[in-house]
Amino acid sequence: MAEMPVIDPQKCNGCGLCVSVCGCGALVIVNNVITIVTIVDCDWCTDCEAVCTTGAISCPFEIVIQKP
Amino acid sequence: MAVQLEFLRSILYFSGLGFAELESIKEFIFEKTVDRAEIVLPEGESAENLYFVASGVVKVFKTSVEGKEQILSIVRPGESFNDVPIFDGGLNPVSAQAMGPVLLYGIKRNDMETIVKDHPQISLNIIKVLASRVRHLVSLVADLSFKHVIGRVAKILVEHVGGEMGRGPRLTQQEMAAMAGTAREVVGRSLKELEDAGAIKLDRHRIVITDKETLQKIVEVSY
Repeated sequence: MAEMPVIDPQKCNGCGLCVSVCGCGALVIVNNVITIVTIVDCDWCTDCEAVCTTGAISCPFEIVIQKP
Repeated sequence: MAVQLEFLRSILYFSGLGFAELESIKEFIFEKTVDRAEIVLPEGESAENLYFVASGVVKVFKTSVEGKEQILSIVRPGESFNDVPIFDGGLNPVSAQAMGPVLLYGIKRNDMETIVKDHPQISLNIIKVLASRVRHLVSLVADLSFKHVIGRVAKILVEHVGGEMGRGPRLTQQEMAAMAGTAREVVGRSLKELEDAGAIKLDRHRIVITDKETLQKIVEVSY
């Protein structure tokens, strides 16, 4: 299953800005809280994280060394 | 969609005005819808309108001659952009692009002058907006001029890489910014520069260190 951005529902105020910037439809609002839909088209642009004012959504990177 | 007075009241420019005054200002406002990725303002062109974001998000950025982009601000509902050329009469110093579908409230430059003359009390609000903009940009200039942010970001990557002992901690750009003592926008730019230097590759949710020696050199040069 594809990695997806991480939501902290306690911090989400349901403003929907992340939904408006998400180009792949991976984010939906359910009961006034953001919910993630697993979508292969998510290219980790991190725009959702950038526009969130409450820190409710994060796009963490794993740092790895390229295997020879 | 009609311009909502309650929404106008929430805009810092019009803070403290009564409904009668907002009603008269409303007459000058036009709506503009913008699609995802559409450029609202191209850098270097003349500026005719002041814009407020009613819904959606706009990014304001500057592009170098090599095509590198530096985000200067992210404009959310209730916030304005294009203020500077509207008040100094110059060209757009930056570009603005819709990050998704956006609804804007626009006011023509001449109309804005009329509004300020008719409602001089908003002058103080505008000064506050512009002062806050200057404060933000001064902080960004300091980050970009005085700090070797790229080296700090490189160091963070070296120190947090996963290895044979297991996966390293996963870090957001916001967390890297806090660790490097800079703004998130500057971290994004640094990662792109490290990628351009061939030290890393951004592979969706992974930052792959493709050339550890180059990355290490960037750390050493910056300290």
